[in-house]
Amino acid sequence: MKNVANIFEKPVVSTMISIFLGFLVAFFILFVTGYNPYEAIVTFFNAIFSKPKFITNVIIKSSPLILTALSAAFAFKTGLFNIGAEGQYIMATIASTVVGLVFNFNPIIQIPLVILSGVLAGAVLGGIVGFLKAKFGIHEVITSIMFNWVSLYLCNYVANSAVFHKPESNGTYPINKSGISMLFYEWKFSEQGRKFLKNNQFLNEVLLKTDLSLNFLIASAVAVITWIIIYKTTIGFELRAVGLNHYAAMNAGIRVRRNIVFSMLVAGALSGLAGALTISGTSNNSVQVLSVFENNGFNGLAVALIAQSSPIGCIFAGLIFSSLIYAGQAMQFKIGIPSEIINIVIGVIVFFIAITRIFPIIVEKLCRRESRNAQ
Amino acid sequence: MLNNLLFIITITLMNSVPLAFAALGGVICEKSGVVNIGIEGMMSIGAFTGAAVGYYTGSAWLGLICAGLAGGLLALFHAVASVTFQADQTVSGIAINLIGPGIAMFLSRIFFAGATTTIPISHKFPKIFDFLGNKLENKYSFFNSINLDVTVPLSFLAVLLTWFVMYKTKWGLRIRALGEHPAAVDSVGVSVYRTRYICVVLSGILAGIGGASVTIAIVSQFTPTAISGQGFIALAAVIFGKWKPFGAYFACLFFGFAQALVVLLGGEGKFISSDILMMLPYLLTILVLVLFVGKSSAPKASGKPYQRGSR
Repeated sequence: MKNVANIFEKPVVSTMISIFLGFLVAFFILFVTGYNPYEAIVTFFNAIFSKPKFITNVIIKSSPLILTALSAAFAFKTGLFNIGAEGQYIMATIASTVVGLVFNFNPIIQIPLVILSGVLAGAVLGGIVGFLKAKFGIHEVITSIMFNWVSLYLCNYVANSAVFHKPESNGTYPINKSGISMLFYEWKFSEQGRKFLKNNQFLNEVLLKTDLSLNFLIASAVAVITWIIIYKTTIGFELRAVGLNHYAAMNAGIRVRRNIVFSMLVAGALSGLAGALTISGTSNNSVQVLSVFENNGFNGLAVALIAQSSPIGCIFAGLIFSSLIYAGQAMQFKIGIPSEIINIVIGVIVFFIAITRIFPIIVEKLCRRESRNAQ
Repeated sequence: MLNNLLFIITITLMNSVPLAFAALGGVICEKSGVVNIGIEGMMSIGAFTGAAVGYYTGSAWLGLICAGLAGGLLALFHAVASVTFQADQTVSGIAINLIGPGIAMFLSRIFFAGATTTIPISHKFPKIFDFLGNKLENKYSFFNSINLDVTVPLSFLAVLLTWFVMYKTKWGLRIRALGEHPAAVDSVGVSVYRTRYICVVLSGILAGIGGASVTIAIVSQFTPTAISGQGFIALAAVIFGKWKPFGAYFACLFFGFAQALVVLLGGEGKFISSDILMMLPYLLTILVLVLFVGKSSAPKASGKPYQRGSR
């Protein structure tokens, strides 16, 4: 029985239970509202696994989520709540688009330039939030939310501006081709490329019908680097110390304020990377007028929670999240189940994650009762 | 000039109503020691329920009541997680923010033929001078311009009532003490859990009413963008108003004023791009926070789950 209690204490186990319960609740809701849960689950898995194109799209769509989740997880470790990932993401897409449109260097310079400008924009926005918190004690949640809206309207301003707006569209021109980082971008649409791909159905589907890029690999690598920084370096130790108890950290000679600013700076940079890679590596390669938030940052927050702030866990949670969203659209399209059921599933999963701490406690209580009975 | 002034006042009051209800909910919840970041989700479910019930029954008042109940029901989940299960209240709040709009739009698609927008209701809330009839209105345009939604005085009454209960009654004292030192409250025989449950559910009811005051007073239907950020802005108002009912209310008025300014400046001549103008309320809020708010004075035990027997 003691072993069982130990198993339940593992975050992975509680996450699994939560995901299972999330699906269970969704089935119940679908059953009550008169849909066929069996049909739903078949459609769900078909939508993800039945074609190479689908799996590729799920992986592609998971990349920005993984990065914004890392951003949220990084801030969590310092006890900060980065609800501003959304704004940092948007700010990065703006910076990357503008830089990608104004400059036109060789791709070897242009692509890093486009991406770095986005990272920088995100970092600056995150850094401002951290500075306001450290210097004036203003809660990071408030400033973040305000900056989210400022970013949204700035995005609309740029998308509508006379210089960048593409006529008869809802956004700016796509960035110059030299800044686009999709794999074989020029080649796959050339005559030679099309001819070659015609003979290979798998490559044809994966390359021509998706925005294949290195984004997922970059996001995964960044997750590993984040893990190393948080758990294997002095900087990470200081950040975690501030997050656990900033009075104790201060007593130990750790500079709390500097760590807060630094943590938000890095968190902003991570969200910024998500936005920058999206502009450089997925079509339209431009910013569009936003009437509401696209939730790239907010969803990242949910992913980080499902991963229980583990950087490596963010990769898997990001994949699960993007497959849910992707399959949700297919379920609505094919069998008319409102795609909002996915939001409910995700919400319920996060809800159970919030209360999973109770599982080991329950098991432990049962253990105690059992040993008492044995005596 | 007078017209402009009246215009600003009316828009300010109108915009601040949903924020005021939601912020009051936030104040009550946080004062009792539970962080409620899920206000946005509770507002969405209230906004949908209000519009849907209002449409099917033809009564805006019934819509408002049901909206409160729906918000309270969702808040019950937050209470179960954060009080009984001692969950991380921020995480639970985020879950509420995901579930609330999800259920609202899911139900909307079921009840309104696959659309996430409800059919506009014919009977919105009455205006405050409606009882005088049309005669007066036609005679004096002044009455026309200050003929506000009845939710405006209602929200003010709610603020007054919350202030009274919080600072002039026994229960209010208990609630405030809960947010500072729950063990002390427990030691004199008041149930920490029950009181917190009541406060969290009450905050959900207020948030639900706030959501409905968007969809059956300001506009007349639920849309996916009807509630977009008001819950978070209300949260900002709670902190801005230093966790006090009137403080939060003035913060909401300030925010409504900034939005009114946007409407006024955007209307005349259009010297500045409307996209840039729209940033004004948010930038102003940050500026005011930097200039006027010192170290924030949150309730000490806010966000910390209480376990019986702890000190």
